[in-house]
Amino acid sequence: MKSFILSTRLALALSAILYATHPLAADPDPDPAKSEIWNKVKNLLFEERVIITPGNDIITLDAPVRAEDAATVPISIKAQIPQSSQKYVQTIYLVIDKNPSPIAAVFHLTPDSGRADIDTRVRIEEYSYVRAIAEMNDGQLYMAMRYVKASGGCSAPAGKDQEAALARLGKMKFRLENEVALNRPNLAQLMISHPNNSGLQMDQLTRHYTPARFVKRIDVSYSDKLILSADVDFSISENPNFRFYFIPREPGDLKAEVIDSSDLKFNSYIRVEPGKTAAGS
Amino acid sequence: MRILLFLFLAFTAGSASASGFAVNEIAPGIYVHSGAQEESSPQNLGDIANIGFIIGEKCVAVIDTGGSIVIGRKLRQAVVKATRLPICYVINTHVHPDHIFGNAAFKDDNPVFVGHDKLPAAMAARGGNYLNALKRDLGPATQGSEIIIPTLTVKDVLELDLGGRRLTLKAWRTAHTDNDLTVFDEKTQTLWLSDLLFTEHIPVVDGSLKGWLSVLKEFPGIKAHHIIPGHGQPDPPWPQALQAESDYLNVLLSEVREAIKHRQSLQQAVSTVGLSQRDRWLLFDAFHRRNVTAAYAELEWEDND
Repeated sequence: MKSFILSTRLALALSAILYATHPLAADPDPDPAKSEIWNKVKNLLFEERVIITPGNDIITLDAPVRAEDAATVPISIKAQIPQSSQKYVQTIYLVIDKNPSPIAAVFHLTPDSGRADIDTRVRIEEYSYVRAIAEMNDGQLYMAMRYVKASGGCSAPAGKDQEAALARLGKMKFRLENEVALNRPNLAQLMISHPNNSGLQMDQLTRHYTPARFVKRIDVSYSDKLILSADVDFSISENPNFRFYFIPREPGDLKAEVIDSSDLKFNSYIRVEPGKTAAGS
Repeated sequence: MRILLFLFLAFTAGSASASGFAVNEIAPGIYVHSGAQEESSPQNLGDIANIGFIIGEKCVAVIDTGGSIVIGRKLRQAVVKATRLPICYVINTHVHPDHIFGNAAFKDDNPVFVGHDKLPAAMAARGGNYLNALKRDLGPATQGSEIIIPTLTVKDVLELDLGGRRLTLKAWRTAHTDNDLTVFDEKTQTLWLSDLLFTEHIPVVDGSLKGWLSVLKEFPGIKAHHIIPGHGQPDPPWPQALQAESDYLNVLLSEVREAIKHRQSLQQAVSTVGLSQRDRWLLFDAFHRRNVTAAYAELEWEDND
């Protein structure tokens, strides 16, 4: 497990380097298979393995055609099968071809997740394909994708109130979206207050610059069993937000541990009881 | 002699037009160009915001420069046509591209570029992205447009003297953006609100919805004879002109709060909130969903449960 985590970190780092050699590719290629960045990312993550595309039987991806706010683009990944111990989505890779670091997130899921559905919000630098690749427990790969246009003259992936974002850093909030029912998938939301910035905003001309500071790892467990873990970076919007499922077998604690790029750790938990909706921090 | 010349210009330049670029003198020495109520395009080259200049006895302050160097040059021509006095200040009211990308047209005048204390950081954070978008969306005609970072910044209040004419610049807390600056001309009681006030054109939330609403509460207390909004007809009735914007932002606030309370996702909220406001605004479809997104991301952190 440990070596796997290291390798995903390495992949995230490598993908940033890959991009640096092609900083400003011209207009986006309309053919998703011909995206240069994607082909590099694909080779890096999956080598020669077959990726079933479109992989609608297993995974779908929903994103606005036009990113209203480039700093907050909602992404909804939905699995088309339940998570069972025989057959489940083990990993979901979220790739944004044209972002400075194209591998936005790598989510690891388990049968206890119940459903491999994930909603989050991302920054989108330019017109780009957004892809979700599901890796099954038997190693099969399925891909869903959308082309997203960042729009609006004042739309920028940078945050809106930089000072306020820093002031609240580390605050977390859990929400259960419905009354909890045991032994079936329940929807939960994890909110992390964090500026999650890229540090790409440095400018030699100014005395102001923002050092990189972003959430890099999230582990969510229920009754000490892993539900969801994620390696993420600054492609995730300010105040990272994740909606996901978990199956409670008995009352227990839903816990999150978050680590940022400065190796600060933040913890949060919520007590889960059948018939209750709750928020906690 | 100077005063005579000034009066002469004041009366003749009432509606000067340089190659289809009109500036109106809405009060003595206060010149405004009204941008189109459109999104930036290769046709309008970013001429979508209200921009202009104020002439003192010693020199001129330009207030916002348009969405590309092309518009900046036209504005500069309008200044030269109106006065022989030098341009001593270029004031940017906030970071948005339609207000700053004409800055480069004034470089050779060696003015002092002035902005909110947080404008340099916002320009650094967004500049690269704005330049890419300018090139992509407006085309090669805008080549030469630059991000020019202010060297004189305003943390609270700053007075500038144009010679017999004092401008009071005020830096606001986060509202439309986190770097909004207003300009008040004492002589004519003109309050240049820029994008803190939208009329006709739907307001755009890119800072803080709650912050903006709280700033709006202070405005009716300001005595002013003339108002310049960032978008919409200059010199609207005051303070009545605030009403529509304030109504819209309040609807956004209450309906997004309701959506969050009822566990609606961001995607659901974006397609249900505020639709009653559609017919009241130009460019509603271009910006409303974005406003809901911004409002949702801000308000979900309220401790409401």
